[in-house]
Amino acid sequence: MSSSPAELAGHYDVIVIGAGLAGLTAANQLARTGRRVLVLEQHSKCGGLATWFRRRGDHIFDVSLHGFPAGMIKSCRKYWTREIADSIIQLKRIRFDNPQFQLETTFDRLDFTRLLTQRFGIAPDVVQRFFDAARGMNFYDDQTLSTRALFARYFPGRSDVVRLLMEPITYANGSDLEDPALTYGIVFSNFMDKGVYIFQGGTDKLVRLMRAELERRGVDVRTGMAAERILIEGGRGAGVVVRGRRIESNAVLSNANLKATILTLIGREHLRPEFAEAVETVRLNNSSCQVYFGLRPGVTIEPIGDLIFSSEAPTFDADALCSRQVTSRTFSVYPPELRPGSNRFVVVASMNARYEDWRHLDDGQYEAAKQALIADSTRALEKYVPDVRARIEHAEAATPLTFEHYTRHLAGATFGTKFEGLQVSTDLPREVPGVFHTGSVGIIMSGWLGAINYGVIVANEVESYLHAHVSARVT
Amino acid sequence: MGEQRIRQIVLDIISLVAPDADLSNVRDEVPLREQLELDSMDFLDIVMELRKRYRIEVPKEDYPKLASLASCVAYLGPQLQGHA
Repeated sequence: MSSSPAELAGHYDVIVIGAGLAGLTAANQLARTGRRVLVLEQHSKCGGLATWFRRRGDHIFDVSLHGFPAGMIKSCRKYWTREIADSIIQLKRIRFDNPQFQLETTFDRLDFTRLLTQRFGIAPDVVQRFFDAARGMNFYDDQTLSTRALFARYFPGRSDVVRLLMEPITYANGSDLEDPALTYGIVFSNFMDKGVYIFQGGTDKLVRLMRAELERRGVDVRTGMAAERILIEGGRGAGVVVRGRRIESNAVLSNANLKATILTLIGREHLRPEFAEAVETVRLNNSSCQVYFGLRPGVTIEPIGDLIFSSEAPTFDADALCSRQVTSRTFSVYPPELRPGSNRFVVVASMNARYEDWRHLDDGQYEAAKQALIADSTRALEKYVPDVRARIEHAEAATPLTFEHYTRHLAGATFGTKFEGLQVSTDLPREVPGVFHTGSVGIIMSGWLGAINYGVIVANEVESYLHAHVSARVT
Repeated sequence: MGEQRIRQIVLDIISLVAPDADLSNVRDEVPLREQLELDSMDFLDIVMELRKRYRIEVPKEDYPKLASLASCVAYLGPQLQGHA
């Protein structure tokens, strides 16, 4: 792909900043209605955190594939292509292994009901009322009820049940027991309802298919090209500046980090102080650490499950989940069949992490901390695959600083913002008409499915704005 | 345009956004979400389809008016007048 802004057209209907799943999906929606769209991505690849990387010896590592809800099939069919939707396959074996319980589940409502009633001894009507209450939650509901209070209401004194129902959500979106119950209810009802799914062919195939679809629809997709700032003229979004060059548009849609979009790309001078204040107070979610294990070609590992929630901590503790003293992690096991033609197993250990714990290390400390992370994750994996050490060909670690480097998300946030970020994101076009934001915000709009759906929702807002404010339509 | 025609237009759009939904026995007065497996994204798709096909803009505050087939017909009827 070319990388000179001189080759860009001088005017677009919409410029999308950032090619994460939300930005790509919004671009696709807008292109479908005939809009002329430019996508600018600072990284060399599209996908945002839906990404992968290669290492010597044909190892390909998926960063955030792990497993997404069944709703992805429908959203990919509606907002992308049948080929993309048809590549989604179910993970059959989800395992929990911690000091309170060891179990395996297909991760759907029926199976969770079976486990809660038979294994945990909860009355069936309580389980049903809990599921129904979670399903009935809306984003405009009472925010004062915390997730902790929700669990206390249905499962008082049952830290084991809380762990079963909460741990996967904390890994999925960085939320904890203090976050509003409604964010839990919405995500739980989508995620722990009809099983966990994955993309056959890997993240690289998904992003390749998405990019091909965008280019087929005439979207100008440019990687390695960062937007420096958003042009505001006459109080409205009017384009972006790329390497000093003005590119004009009727609307700008940012898929960059919410706070960076507003405070850096737009700038305080275009905001009312109250709004700037609201943006400042949005809390970012935590970051992540990962350890990637590439096994030697041809070697196999025992069928230990597809996704393991593994913990040595006595009870669920969202704070401890982020600690550099790691006691909890997930293992995603990617067999060779994920990428037909490959003969390598890949295992990815994922941990929640705090940027603050990593940012002040000097080079030596940082390198040592990464090696410790690898050693620690290897030891934890050995519990499931006793002599895995001998089968590992490549191991490396990613930290909050790695995520910050590649995504440019403030503080390396891997799950967007806390709940208040959603309000700021949706309020932005009222503050600065013609400028929109999409991406991981508010806990409920995160993960692959949340990002895709939020991309569609905001594309609809952009379309509505163009419809009302811009007479010249491309047909 | 008659009510039956408007009803059919709405049903056509629903069948487009939710191809798996069985629309043969939809009751007009009962919320669509109680009869069909429609989620909030499906309703957004209906809004987008109305804009695309009929250039009708449904503001967010009016989304509840699309809850049932009867309320859709009442709300969209005046705006659909003039469309064949």
